[in-house]
Amino acid sequence: MPTYQLKINGKRREVTADSDTPLLWILRDELQMVGTKYGCGIAQCGACTVHINDAAVRSCSTPVSSLDGATITTIEGLSENGDHPVQEAWKAIDVPQCGYCQAGQIMTASAFLKENSSPSNEEIREAMQGNICRCASYNRIEKAVKLASKKM
Amino acid sequence: MKSQNELPNFSRRNFLKTSALAGGGILIGFNLFSACKPEATPPVDISKLNFNDFNAFLKISNEGYVTIFSPNPEIGQGVKTSMPMIIAEELDVSWDKVNVVQGKYDPVNYQRQVAGGSQSIRFGWDALRQTGATAKQMLINAAAVKWGVDPSSCSASDGIITNENGDSIGYGMVAKDAALLEIPENVTLKQVKDYKIIGKNISNVDNDKIVTGKPLFGLDYRTEGMLYASVLRPPSFGKKLVRFDDDKTRQIQGVIEVVRFGDKIAVLAENTWSAMKGKKALLAEWNNDKVLESSKNHDDELLAILDSDQGKIQREDGNVEKAFKNADQLIERTYESPFLPHNCMEPMNFYANVTADKVHLVGPIQTPAWTASKISKLLNRKPEEIHLEMTRMGGGFGRRLYGDFVEEAAEISSIAKKPIKVVFSREDDMAAGTYRPAIKYRIKASIKNGKITGYHLREAAINGNMFGSIAHFFPAGCIPNYKVSTGFYKSNITTGAWRAPYTNFLAFAEQSFFNELASELGKDHPTLLIELLQNVKGTNDKRIEYSADRMEKTIQLAVEKSNWGNTSEDTYQGFAAYYSHNTHVAEVADVMIEDGMPVVKKVTVAVDCGIVVNPMGAKNQIEGGVIDGIGHAMFGNFSFKDGTPQDVNFDTYRLIRMQETPEVSAHFVQSDLSPTGLGEPALPPAGGALANAIKAAISKPLFKQPFINQLEMNSSKILG
Repeated sequence: MPTYQLKINGKRREVTADSDTPLLWILRDELQMVGTKYGCGIAQCGACTVHINDAAVRSCSTPVSSLDGATITTIEGLSENGDHPVQEAWKAIDVPQCGYCQAGQIMTASAFLKENSSPSNEEIREAMQGNICRCASYNRIEKAVKLASKKM
Repeated sequence: MKSQNELPNFSRRNFLKTSALAGGGILIGFNLFSACKPEATPPVDISKLNFNDFNAFLKISNEGYVTIFSPNPEIGQGVKTSMPMIIAEELDVSWDKVNVVQGKYDPVNYQRQVAGGSQSIRFGWDALRQTGATAKQMLINAAAVKWGVDPSSCSASDGIITNENGDSIGYGMVAKDAALLEIPENVTLKQVKDYKIIGKNISNVDNDKIVTGKPLFGLDYRTEGMLYASVLRPPSFGKKLVRFDDDKTRQIQGVIEVVRFGDKIAVLAENTWSAMKGKKALLAEWNNDKVLESSKNHDDELLAILDSDQGKIQREDGNVEKAFKNADQLIERTYESPFLPHNCMEPMNFYANVTADKVHLVGPIQTPAWTASKISKLLNRKPEEIHLEMTRMGGGFGRRLYGDFVEEAAEISSIAKKPIKVVFSREDDMAAGTYRPAIKYRIKASIKNGKITGYHLREAAINGNMFGSIAHFFPAGCIPNYKVSTGFYKSNITTGAWRAPYTNFLAFAEQSFFNELASELGKDHPTLLIELLQNVKGTNDKRIEYSADRMEKTIQLAVEKSNWGNTSEDTYQGFAAYYSHNTHVAEVADVMIEDGMPVVKKVTVAVDCGIVVNPMGAKNQIEGGVIDGIGHAMFGNFSFKDGTPQDVNFDTYRLIRMQETPEVSAHFVQSDLSPTGLGEPALPPAGGALANAIKAAISKPLFKQPFINQLEMNSSKILG
C-alpha cells in the first residue's frame, strides 16, 4: 500500500492506505481524529466537512491520493483552545441539540466567513444549504454565523 | 378527567443511598429508574442495596463543587442539561459550581434508563427534586451537629449553610460528615417562586466538546484491536440468503474475516473503509422467502381496509351512523402518508466484545435495559454478564429504541470471538429501518343545525399504528356521536415508533379536516376548536387526558402571538392545535407565494408544558420539532418496490435544509404545574398548520404527504 504525507492541523502525518481511501476514514480510523463525522458517504450531508487549502471540502468523497501537498484543517485544529469566533458563537447561541452534524456545520461556516466576512442572511442560508441538521437547529446556525461574522 | 400530574409515588428513602468518599466529600446515589417507573415498588431488602444498583449520582467535594451524573440517555432532547438543573435547584447551589457527567466508561457504577416518549422530565420531576432537597437537608443536618444547634434553625442557599447565630459554612466543609448521617424522610421542596435555576436559560452542557470535535458518540468509540464490521443484509424485505462468494472480498487489503449469521454476512476489517469495500465486493444470491411488497399494493390494501369499514373499535360514543343519517350535511375526506425512515445523522452502530466472562456492549441506544435483556437471551448468557454502556447519540427519533444493530454486533463478536463494531452505511441505515408505517385516515363528519353531530375516524396502517390512549385525544368528548376504528395490513416490512409516534401524521389529517369543517360552518378554525372544547369541560370520562382549559389557553396564546387574521395581504395563515405526550401545543404557519410555489415563512407556536425547566433548551426542542414536522410533511417520501426501498441516501431522499426552514417563534403558557416533555409534542401540529396555510394560499386542501408532489403538480399546471 502506498504511503502519503499529509499536513493536518499544522502537523505532518504519514499514513499508509489504499489510494481510494477517503480522507474521512484516514482521519477517523487511522489517526483517531473522530471530530469529523460520517453521515452519508456521498457528499450530500456535510457532516464530514474539513478545510483543504482553506476551502470547505467533503472529506467522505476526497481520496487520500488527491491530497499530496495539501493543507488540511479539521474541527480539532480549527483553533488552539476551541475559541474560534464560530465555535464561540455556536456556544453563545446554544446551537447544538444532538451535536453530531455540528463539526461539519462549523467547518462550512468558518470557511464561508473567510470568503465573505459580512454576509447577509440570504447568503448565510445559501452557504449552509449543503449541511443537513436532522435536529433542525438551522435557525440557530444562521444566527450563530451572523454573530461570528461580527467578531471576525 | 385524569389529573395532568398523576405521577408515581415513591418513598425517597428506598431509592437513595449515601456514602463518604475516600478523597473527601459525599456521594449520593439514587435509583431514578426504579423511582420513576409507574409501577415503582421499594426494593425488597434495602440493606443489600449497593451503589451498583444506582443510576444517578450526586457528588459533593470538600471544596463545595458538585458533580451530577446525569441519569438519562441524551439523544439531543436536552435532558443531560435539564435533569441536573432540577437537582441543582433543590440542592441550592450555583450552576457554575456544577459539573455534569454522563459516566460512560464505568459499567461498575451505572445502570441506565430510557429515552423515549418525551417522559424523562415528567417522570423525573419528583425524584430529581427529592434527591436535591434530601442532599441539602443532610448537609444542613451535618452543619447543625457541628454547631450544636437545631437543624430547623439553619437554612442554606447557594451552597452556604447559615444559622440564627450568624454562623455560616460551605457545603464542602460538612460534606464528609453529612455522608455519615441518616437519610431524612421528610424534606421540604421549594416553591416555584423561589426557583433560581429552573426557568433560567442554561446552555447544553456538552457544547464545549461538541464544537471542538471531542469523541462523544458511538461511532467515535474504539478499543485497541477492535475490528469494523460492515454487514450485507437481504436487499429486499422478503428475501433470504441462498449462498455467497467472498473471494474478492478477502483480497481487499484490511479485510480480516467474513462471517455469515442467519441471512446476513459481516465483513470484518481493520478499518471502516475496507469493511465497506469488502461488503460491496461480496457476491450473494438471494431467493424469495416471503411476498415482495410494493407501495402500490400497500395503497390498494389500505384503501380496501378503509372501504370495508371493518376493524377494531378504539372508542365509540353515541351512534355515529344515526348522526350521519340525520345530518344536514356530510363531509368525508381521506388522508394519506408514506413510510418514513428516521435518518439519525449518526448511522446505527454498536460495539460488542463477547468473551468467556462477559458481554461488553457500547454505543448509542435509547433502551439499554430492554436491549441488554434481549442480548442475554440471544447469546444465552446470564443478565449480570451483560455490560452495556451508552454514548451520546447522534439523534434517536425512535430508531434507537430498537436494538437490532446491538444484536447484530453481539452475534458477530460471538462468532468471530473478537471485539467488533458494527457500522451502518447511510444506505444500510435507510434500507434496514424500523419505519414509520404508511398510514391512511378517512374522516367523516355530520353537520346538523350548524353543529358537528357525528365524527368517525378510520385508520388503516401498515402493521398498525394507533396505540394506547390516542382515541381519547381531542375531539373525543367534544362531539356526542364519535367513533374511532382501526385496521391494519400485516407486512413483512419492519415498522416502529418514529418521533411523536401514532400522532405525527394523525394530527395533520385531523386538523386539516377541522379546517374544512370550520369553512363549512363559516367559522374561524381556532374559534371552532374552542367552541368544541367547551363540551368536554367537567367531563367524568377518566380516559380523557387532555385538558380543555389548558388547550383553550394554548390556542388563545397562539392566536394572540401570531397576529392571527391580521397579517399582510400576501401572507396566508394556517392553524393547528394538538395535544400529545402530555403537552398542549397550538401552531400558526405563515405562507407566502414565491415563484408560483407556497413557501412557509414563519411558524408561531404556543405551548403548555407546565413549568419550563430550561427555556432555552425548551425553545430549541420546539424549533426542532416544528421544522422536523414541516420537513417531513413537505418532502418525506419513502416507498418500496418488490420489497426494495427506493431511496437509500440523501441524493434522492429529501430532508429539509436551511433554505426551506421557516422562522419559529415559541411562546409558553405561564404555569406552575409540573413539567411535561418537549422532545415530541411540537411536531404533530406542524404538518396541519402548514397544510391549512397552503390551502389558504392556493385554495386547495392537501390530502397526501409529502405535499411537495401535489404542489409541484399544481405549479406545473399554473406555469403551463
